[in-house]
Amino acid sequence: MSLLDSSVWEVIKASFNPDIWRELVKPVGETVYMTVISSIIVLLFGIIVGIFLTITGPDGLLPLKIPYHASGWMINVLRSLPQMVTIILMIPVARLIFGKSYGTNACIIAIAASCIPMYARIVESSLLEIGKGKIEAAKSIGSNNFQIITKVIIPETFPSLIRGFTVAVISIISMTALAGMFGAGGIGDIAVRFGYQRFQHDRLFACVYILVILVQITQGTGNLISNRILKTRNLI
Amino acid sequence: MSYIEIKNLKKTFRTRGKENDVLKGIDLEVREGEIFGIIGFSGAGKSTLARCINRLEVCDSGTVKVGGVDILALNKSELLKERRKIGMVFQNFNLFDSRTVYKNIAYPLEIAHFPKSKIKERVLETAELVGLSDKLDAYPGGLSGGQKQRVGIARALVNKPELLISDEATSALDPQTTIQILDLLKEINQKSGITILMITHELDAIRYSCNRMAVLEGGKIIEKGTVADIFNNPQSRTGELFAKVFTEFQSISLTEGAGI
Repeated sequence: MSLLDSSVWEVIKASFNPDIWRELVKPVGETVYMTVISSIIVLLFGIIVGIFLTITGPDGLLPLKIPYHASGWMINVLRSLPQMVTIILMIPVARLIFGKSYGTNACIIAIAASCIPMYARIVESSLLEIGKGKIEAAKSIGSNNFQIITKVIIPETFPSLIRGFTVAVISIISMTALAGMFGAGGIGDIAVRFGYQRFQHDRLFACVYILVILVQITQGTGNLISNRILKTRNLI
Repeated sequence: MSYIEIKNLKKTFRTRGKENDVLKGIDLEVREGEIFGIIGFSGAGKSTLARCINRLEVCDSGTVKVGGVDILALNKSELLKERRKIGMVFQNFNLFDSRTVYKNIAYPLEIAHFPKSKIKERVLETAELVGLSDKLDAYPGGLSGGQKQRVGIARALVNKPELLISDEATSALDPQTTIQILDLLKEINQKSGITILMITHELDAIRYSCNRMAVLEGGKIIEKGTVADIFNNPQSRTGELFAKVFTEFQSISLTEGAGI
């Protein structure tokens, strides 16, 4: 059903047709799969790069001017690319790794390339939130740098890290939709093929609902966990 | 016998081409087992001096010896071990919000790889000493200032250090809590013979707890001696000022029951 020949109300009603939703099961699965795998990769590498930036930064535990500025520059370069350009750029890389340049797994690489730098910056700013005094206290007790990172900085900033990760997951969800245009499948693919190319706006609406729900669940979970930790610690 | 020996300690901070001489040749001896006070106005270099003792701040020249160990000559791993013998208490407590009181006190032992049973024994013992036995499962976020500082002191003491540096430990507390914390420090000093270096801008604190003291001004020690000498017979303007402020302050605080 299309908005071209039906009223908005009719399209909305049609968008709840069970047939449409049955066909959406697989694409939703693909989107969730892409989001989960990409999120794990982004979390892992984002934290590593973020920690690297924090400790090598000018006020860090181990200031290293050249590596810090080099990685900072690299991140800025990757972040200045629009997500769509990153997807196109990563096509040869995906072909190298998976043997084909399209499909769900291929797009995960593009998502990682685009979202790791973003999350690394978020991690960096979260980790820098920690009071200098706490690090000083940890040092005065005789902690080495590794202990300061794993036992003080990360646990202390954990709620903030979770909130940052929520932001990253949401932008990963939006990027999976974009990746749908480039043969990654998922909800974005349905929205483009049916909603855009065939004017089937009922399906488009159904895609919108799902995306809204996915983002709400992500944000809700993130807030819940981070607030629960803050409450346990008596900080709110 | 002097436990801390500082000779001709100098430190200059350089920020954006500007040089700021914070310490201009400090000479200081602190005897084993005493409570030594260092007093000075804000910006006199007190905290920098304290931080040079456990090398949180690296001084430019001079020597720092703690218990006969030349702090400046230590390599990295030796320094970490030496720091475990020097407890430090801070004005802002600097507790770890992610850890319960128990875990905060246990932290120094944890990083020193003590066995779990030993950690438990020491933490309970130290918590009892500072009067926190009933708060072990609480998080620092839910404690009062005085309780937080007790956790800070317990954390500094759990390693059984030989020296405790108190960097404005009572400056963020109300008068009554200040007295309690000072009493606690005195008690610990008497019980274990730990040397305490008390850095503060509060006269009450020094007068109440210290044997000897030094007055720091503009990065130099302008006066040192027993507390009684300096209060009764100040040789410098700052010393005089402190003594004057103190007597005036005392006449006010008597009515408030500060108990000094």
